[in-house]
Amino acid sequence: MEIYVCVKQVPDTETKIKLSSDGKGVDLTGTKWVINPYDEFAIEEALKLKAQNAGATVTVISTGPKAQVSETLRTALAMGADEAAVIDSPEPLDSLATAKALAAFLKDKKPTVIFTGKTAIDDNAMAVPQILADQLQIPHATVVSKFEFKGESVLVEREVEGGSREIIELRLPAVIAANKGLNTPRYASLPGIMKAKKKTLQEVSASQKSSDSKVVYSDYQLPADRPSCKILSGEVPQQVSELVKALREEVKVI
Amino acid sequence: MGKVLVYCETNDSQVKKASLELVGAATKSGAEVVALLLGANAKAAAAQLGAYGVKTAFVCEAESIKNYNSELYSEMASNIIKESQCTIVLATGSSLARDLFPRVASQLDAGIATDCTELEISGDKAVARKPLFAGKCSAKVSFQNSPLQIVLMRANQLPVPTAGAGTCELKELTPPQKDLKTLVKEIVKGSSAKLDLSEASIIVSGGRGMKGPEHFKLLNDLADVLGATVGASRAVVDAGWVPHSIQVGQTGKTVAPNLYIACGISGAIQHLAGMSSSKVIVAINKDPDAPIFKKSTYGIVGDVFEVLPVLTEEFRKVLK
Repeated sequence: MEIYVCVKQVPDTETKIKLSSDGKGVDLTGTKWVINPYDEFAIEEALKLKAQNAGATVTVISTGPKAQVSETLRTALAMGADEAAVIDSPEPLDSLATAKALAAFLKDKKPTVIFTGKTAIDDNAMAVPQILADQLQIPHATVVSKFEFKGESVLVEREVEGGSREIIELRLPAVIAANKGLNTPRYASLPGIMKAKKKTLQEVSASQKSSDSKVVYSDYQLPADRPSCKILSGEVPQQVSELVKALREEVKVI
Repeated sequence: MGKVLVYCETNDSQVKKASLELVGAATKSGAEVVALLLGANAKAAAAQLGAYGVKTAFVCEAESIKNYNSELYSEMASNIIKESQCTIVLATGSSLARDLFPRVASQLDAGIATDCTELEISGDKAVARKPLFAGKCSAKVSFQNSPLQIVLMRANQLPVPTAGAGTCELKELTPPQKDLKTLVKEIVKGSSAKLDLSEASIIVSGGRGMKGPEHFKLLNDLADVLGATVGASRAVVDAGWVPHSIQVGQTGKTVAPNLYIACGISGAIQHLAGMSSSKVIVAINKDPDAPIFKKSTYGIVGDVFEVLPVLTEEFRKVLK
């Protein structure tokens, strides 16, 4: 059984974002790069599925600049993935181009399940898993919080609006986009980190170039400064009545 | 002039407010506007769209698409988008649309921009703006080499148009017959009848200062009075007090309601990123140095357990 996990490298959530001096991008020098948090759930679920199926392998793949992304893939190898491949793309790709590059790599493989995170926390596009599935002509499920392997198919639970859940059966192969709550991702152990150094990290060039992207970002801006906070003084009843009055009469949101 | 297709969603037999915002933006641009509505209540809802300037609505209420199915919905949407020769497709950021439209983009080889907060349509070009890093910055989003442009907008970002006169012609679609690889087995309805965080115009949110899951009742009481939705910080989700579906922040939902009331939330950077584009922010926290106050419009330095019951009572009085 071949299990694949698509991961993305993103700046740690604690990162303060600065714009580049020309305003054409974000200055990420010195950024701590991590595996997209939702992708950790994807890796964990892949490792759990491997543990239930003798002979199964887990391969972690990612697009991006190879030297930088390889670090993230090493972390996934240290968590227990068997192999990794970096699909080298020095310049950023949009969701469509990213998914096509992943699909080009996967099309002559025999995946049983392809796990991804439900979204990447940098651009929150939430698009690559579905596009990847469509490019490979296989079904997908997003925002998956429960996963059960049933041989020819999988049963998943996905979260939709208002706390409702859909229970869906997908014929394999399929793309599964993991949500928080699917599992508790393991940490890379010290022996895992040592072993990861000997594992194969393949490098291939991406089938897509930055110019194949159809969506482009420009004119980056930081959020406008908010006016300073008005601290309401006095005892609780006075604070509360002032607040309610302000919300109704000053800013008129109630 | 461009032609815009708006994918409209329904709440019972009404078109959702978030969908009307998109219809408004499309008609305002002078484009010809058509709508697509799939699933229960499609016809009744579509009939209302004439009043907002939509000339034609493609509808389907067939049994086989009563529940969302990504294979059927994407094929139907792709077919209609091709057939209607529109150049721009607009949809909301609902969980259905977020799941569906990337697949449509793939089928039509179109660029797709999701989670956008600003939108400008001129002629057959759409230009949007979207927050990045959960709102720590934003970027202008434009399309290149993409004859079809798909934009998914967050709710509460555009004005809701006012209804006028006009009628909308309904064209009924037949779902494709195909061997499905995706089978919806069951839908478990959530207990909450409230709007999802992503659509709510008022959010009451709680953090570690709430001291335990049992005290979220105080937030629920306030939310009930205000018609608000309850959210939470990552700390209390990780502690298992409340489900992840209500987490606000960079690893939860990014929200921008008209009013965000943060109770006992100190304001970690990843939480602030997820809510600081809210129009008005109220913070209630014991610690006067909590970072949340730097992002807030109004602040009460005080104990949530003392302030919340009084606040709920005050709103109950004035909103009667």
